[in-house]
Amino acid sequence: MTPFLAIIRRDLAIAFRTGGGGALGVAFFVIAATLVPFGVGPVPELLARIAPGMLWIAALLACLLTLDRLFQADVEDGSMDVLALSPLPLELVVLGKCIAHWLTTGLPLLLAAPVMALTLGLPEGAYPAMIASLALGTPALSLIGAIGAALTAGMRRGGVLTAVLVLPLYVPTLILGALAVNASAMDLPAAPYLMLSGAITLAALPLAPFVAAAALRLAIR
Amino acid sequence: MSLVAENLTVTRGYRTVFTGLGFAVPEGGALILAGANGAGKSTLLRILAGLLPVETGEVRLGDVSLRAERGDFIDQVLHTGHLDALKPAFTAWETLAFQADLYGASRKRIAGALEALDLGFLADQPVRVLSAGQKRRLGLARLALVERPLWLLDEPTVSLDARSAARVAQMAREHCAGGGMVVAATHIDLGIEAAAKLDPAAFASGEAVGLPVRDNAVLDGEAW
Repeated sequence: MTPFLAIIRRDLAIAFRTGGGGALGVAFFVIAATLVPFGVGPVPELLARIAPGMLWIAALLACLLTLDRLFQADVEDGSMDVLALSPLPLELVVLGKCIAHWLTTGLPLLLAAPVMALTLGLPEGAYPAMIASLALGTPALSLIGAIGAALTAGMRRGGVLTAVLVLPLYVPTLILGALAVNASAMDLPAAPYLMLSGAITLAALPLAPFVAAAALRLAIR
Repeated sequence: MSLVAENLTVTRGYRTVFTGLGFAVPEGGALILAGANGAGKSTLLRILAGLLPVETGEVRLGDVSLRAERGDFIDQVLHTGHLDALKPAFTAWETLAFQADLYGASRKRIAGALEALDLGFLADQPVRVLSAGQKRRLGLARLALVERPLWLLDEPTVSLDARSAARVAQMAREHCAGGGMVVAATHIDLGIEAAAKLDPAAFASGEAVGLPVRDNAVLDGEAW
């Protein structure tokens, strides 16, 4: 097995065995989306109107919730030294861990989103745009989030700081994702927003691992 | 191939840990880092492993410079630190399987690496049920798994019983006998005849700058 695949497989195995990892994000997403009708009131028109934004906010917070352990656990138990000294560049180590993070956080959200959209009464026509926007946008959440997670990897209780660092960077993804679903719900083309959302992910794909790897090198000094 | 370090300086926080530190380890040789807590033993090992930047001076392994060709340098090195880098959810075998994949070693070596540290009977046990000493040994099993010429060992025998410590010392001796090099911070005698000793604390003040670098030099005669 190549070193890169070995890292993805390892992180997936850790997420599944220690529980939490895979289920925590999606559980939070389901809970948040379920609570919205209770808080806002059973007004179908209102729920349908705010459904795109609510789904995206819930997805974003679910992702944030699982971020702070992305590198911290490895730094604390010394695994990061072993990873950093491996023949694989640290940038690819980060990318592998981001992919594993997305597979355990972003992908389950994609699968849970239609059910939650039903709860909120999202117009039927908007489902494809919702799935597409989450598929294009959530990888950016994992990648950009990795920067914040790497910057706080050396600290205990770095979760709040991770959120403060990362949330402003998440805003464009959130706006574009919600706009795509909104546009589709109003029978307008969602493609421009989806393309911009995909562009953020494509830009983050090569850039975020470099930034996060540089931060990690500082964390293990 | 030999390991040569010249004029190393390290500041941690606002404190200069050592300055002008240099040594040479010949092929098949060993360097034992002695000295009190905080003398800079771990720091020196982390510099040699490429985990900390070389602020001044130079480290060379054969022709490879740590400063200029860090990637090539660290591909020659194995570092084991204070922490064992273990995941409680994995079995001993899985732990080494991941390290083998990561470091490009053959998985066929896993059984041998476990045996080398007396862990064969624990191969299928999850790390979380291992004792402190067994975890330590599993952390050291990478030495038998991945073939690298330079070993950097930071207190390798902590929490090991006398028999396991002797086993680690024997592995280090065999590694040197095979032409490898060992730099270790340890308080036990590894039994390597050609081992030199070095106390980073001797370089704590600026006065030590310019000490000549000699092969196998005993730079610190203090008992340890």
